[in-house]
Amino acid sequence: MTTLSTLKTEQAVEHHHVPANAPFSVTVKKGQTLRIVDTEGQQAVDTLFYNADDVEERYSAHDTVTAQGAAYITTGSPVISSEGNLMLTVTADTVGYHDTSAGACSVESNTVRFGHHTRFMHACRENFVLEGGKYGLSKKDIVPNINFFMNVPIEPNGDLAIVDGLSEPGNYVELKAEMDVICLISNCPQVNNPCNGFNPTPIEVFIWD
Amino acid sequence: MAKTGFETGTPSMDELKARYAELKASGQKEGVFEAKVAAAPRASETISSNAIFEREEIPGGWYWTAVVKRGQTLRLVNPHGTPGVALQIWHLHDHSERFNSADTIKVQWTARISKGRVLLSDMGRAMMAITEDTGGYNDCVAGHSTAITNEKAYGPGPLRNSRDNFLIAAAKLGLGKRDLHQSFSPFAGVVTDENGGLSWQDDAVQRGAFIDLRAEMDCQICLSNCPHPMATGGVYDPKSVEAIIWDNGPVSADDLCRTGTDEAARAYINTDRFFA
Repeated sequence: MTTLSTLKTEQAVEHHHVPANAPFSVTVKKGQTLRIVDTEGQQAVDTLFYNADDVEERYSAHDTVTAQGAAYITTGSPVISSEGNLMLTVTADTVGYHDTSAGACSVESNTVRFGHHTRFMHACRENFVLEGGKYGLSKKDIVPNINFFMNVPIEPNGDLAIVDGLSEPGNYVELKAEMDVICLISNCPQVNNPCNGFNPTPIEVFIWD
Repeated sequence: MAKTGFETGTPSMDELKARYAELKASGQKEGVFEAKVAAAPRASETISSNAIFEREEIPGGWYWTAVVKRGQTLRLVNPHGTPGVALQIWHLHDHSERFNSADTIKVQWTARISKGRVLLSDMGRAMMAITEDTGGYNDCVAGHSTAITNEKAYGPGPLRNSRDNFLIAAAKLGLGKRDLHQSFSPFAGVVTDENGGLSWQDDAVQRGAFIDLRAEMDCQICLSNCPHPMATGGVYDPKSVEAIIWDNGPVSADDLCRTGTDEAARAYINTDRFFA
């Protein structure tokens, strides 16, 4: 469901520009609101959350979809941790639809999906490992994530595919933190499928108290 | 301009779009994969005792760990129609390599992971191959139970759950929370509607159903026999399941799982290189 935010960007306490293809991370304190803006539209933003006080507690896609009884993330969706705790709540969303079943691209899975000629192309899990390293995270901490602005319908017969993104320039999603969290982002560099409109673009991140 | 190493290569956007459209059409072409499954040999319900390495009956609510060596097959049997079990699968020699539910469904263009499909590791390798699956429903989207999902489904009370089972089992293997991952859940029918709503398909759970998983690398597995978190009915009553590790003989040149799709064939290129 699409919903608008009442927050004003000039009142944000943090504003970050994340270039195309790049990793990014930020700590969001309990009670703060995080906004991710798809500046140019159709840009997948692969995102993971960790409890800032205990990074072994992390986002769980399975627990999230089970808790809400629905496969996609939108306004009202609870972001649930591996311990079953509420990490954040989606409070605004101008797209209405975000994937959390298809995970992040990797150079290894790219070879299987698209062929071995794609082995040496930058991928989200490279970003996650590099950026997560700043917090002592490693490959074992990288789990299936939320793909904001990525459109992956799961059909009743099980068919599943990444299809053209629904987000338009300036669309955003907002989440209110229910605990202190580390937000780990890979601004997806994938060009072998439509998740970025075949053209990765920058995003903006805002935080409000 | 100087090179950065992050260049995306030479294909134009139109070429990339066309290539993806071709992969998608091929990956989801109706009837092609299904015909291969229909033509493939069926596993017998009975296994000769000479072929069995290990056999265990796992009571409802409990867990079991085992090593399934490369080439061996793990059969799980659901004699009493219990609503789902959950599996954690690690590469025995490097536990950081493990089953990846998201890659498994994304790469194979389907959330219906059944006979002929492969379970992929996060390293783009075929970990296990589903050589038989009489039930046809295994969940990769909604996962395994926790104390919280049990309470929601059955009310308060200490009821065994998969998350805690996995934590205990992991500890005994020298592993911990960071090693737990999204499960592969056999005998669980979770379906999505047109809007993404998830529901439990009761008739997907069949008494006597079995699934054969052939290990494509040495696998450390943990099975938790607790009801799937979306199972309906409101009564916690998991029934025992049977696990058999057995020798299903040599892999044929036209093996369904190795040749079923272009994606699987590429996953096996990665697996085979690892063992070459």
